[in-house]
Amino acid sequence: MDKLFPVPPSLSTRRRFLGTAGAATLAPLTALADNTIKLPLPGGPDERAITTAFPQKGALILQRTRPPLLETPMEVFDRSVFTPNDQFYVRWHWAGIPNEIDVKSFRLTVHGHVNRTVSLSLDEVLPLPQMELAAINQCSGNSRGYFEPRVSGAQWSHGAMGNARWTGVSLKTVLDRAGVKAGAVQVRFSGMDEAVLPEAPKLMKSLAIDHARNSEVMLAYAMNGEQLPLLNGFPLRLIVPGWYSTYWVKMLNYIEVLDQPDTNYWMKTAYTIPDTPHASVRPGETGFKTVPINRMVPRSFITNVKEGDKLKAGAAMLARGIAFGGDTGVARVDFSSNGGKSWQQAQLGKDEGKYSFRQWQFSFTPATGAQVLMVRCTSSSGEAQPDTPNWNPSGFMRNVIEQMPVVAV
Amino acid sequence: MWRKLLSVALVTVSVLVPAAALAEQKITLKSVSVDLPFGDRMFPDGPGADAVNSNCLACHSAGMVLDQPALSKAQWRTEVEKMRTAYKAPIDPKEVDTIVDYLAGLRH
Repeated sequence: MDKLFPVPPSLSTRRRFLGTAGAATLAPLTALADNTIKLPLPGGPDERAITTAFPQKGALILQRTRPPLLETPMEVFDRSVFTPNDQFYVRWHWAGIPNEIDVKSFRLTVHGHVNRTVSLSLDEVLPLPQMELAAINQCSGNSRGYFEPRVSGAQWSHGAMGNARWTGVSLKTVLDRAGVKAGAVQVRFSGMDEAVLPEAPKLMKSLAIDHARNSEVMLAYAMNGEQLPLLNGFPLRLIVPGWYSTYWVKMLNYIEVLDQPDTNYWMKTAYTIPDTPHASVRPGETGFKTVPINRMVPRSFITNVKEGDKLKAGAAMLARGIAFGGDTGVARVDFSSNGGKSWQQAQLGKDEGKYSFRQWQFSFTPATGAQVLMVRCTSSSGEAQPDTPNWNPSGFMRNVIEQMPVVAV
Repeated sequence: MWRKLLSVALVTVSVLVPAAALAEQKITLKSVSVDLPFGDRMFPDGPGADAVNSNCLACHSAGMVLDQPALSKAQWRTEVEKMRTAYKAPIDPKEVDTIVDYLAGLRH
């Protein structure tokens, strides 16, 4: 079979037959058949429940029930370049999540250093000029569970990410309705979620004014053509293409233009990274300068094989997966079946835009014995995934070339 | 075989479904009302479990805490102090040691 780059019918405009190799059919990944999954986190605990208990959501890896942390299983990324809404990962900081949203009474308020405060209903937002782009939403701490030494926080495997086609309006359009005054330096965003304890710091995130007005930052009211699941931020979510998800404020209802830099907890203290190459420091190191986390970096994954799989030796098979450039596109993806001793260029799937996942595939013939499969993305700006892991105390920005040990018999 | 059948099904369906429109999409939004699971799992019994249950579960369920790797006592103290000072959890300072000891004992 040459069935490659699987694309669900609702998202495909045509079938694509790339590649020429006859692929050895792999056994389907079976994690969803059970109600638990093992994540190969070094030292454990490695077992997680698979849950279907959350509204508008299918099977996801349960990392925390309240406030929810739900992870997308890797095989979901094998099925299509866009992550289905019902298996798109979920991450909330505070448990005060409104469980009812009335589309008639919802208002988005733009205030602060503006000519006039505006309060927009959804009926006023939807007719504004529409834009659409494909973009990856990835948690700053995606893959934190693989940091060694281990660090505290949500012990994610690689599924605190997803790729969707976002439809909405440019943030600039909305800011222009209020009229940004001269001297504005940042724009601060907050949503309808609240901490249980009223004294706890409200989740607020800020972008520099020029970034906020770059016409790519947007307010999405649809994801993959449908309204957002409540747990992904219905009815409006900030989309910051190429930047980590901490900025993608969910249930967005307040936009405040600031004439001073934002020093709130979520900008100044939380979500900061060492101001070093790869945001990396030595375990135990202190006294380094920090900056707010910002743009994403290249990553790539094999999605049709999992750690420990038994492959058929001597039979050509197809490896495939996804890659992304971070804040720019994918220039190339290279594959290694010998632990990085040699690399060969993989074939890339359709370009859905520079902020999207890019599918890749590579046909190879496993030699007998144990081997390590690896895949490496190089971005359009020439940045390649490093071969040594970064480390920082928050477990942010992992993008090392991942290693997948398998055995061919 | 299953995959083969699926592939055939995909071909069939994709012939029937028109190409995704690139023109402006008409999106309508519908009000949503959902129930979110609470997560009523308690921390396992042991010295200090009462203090952990009564101080921690108001803001978050137990699962993520129980899935932490083996962290040192100093790391757990940092976590508890973050809850207390940054996130304003009303933890009696006299109970901090009890909570830290319990958490540091989870993986040992």
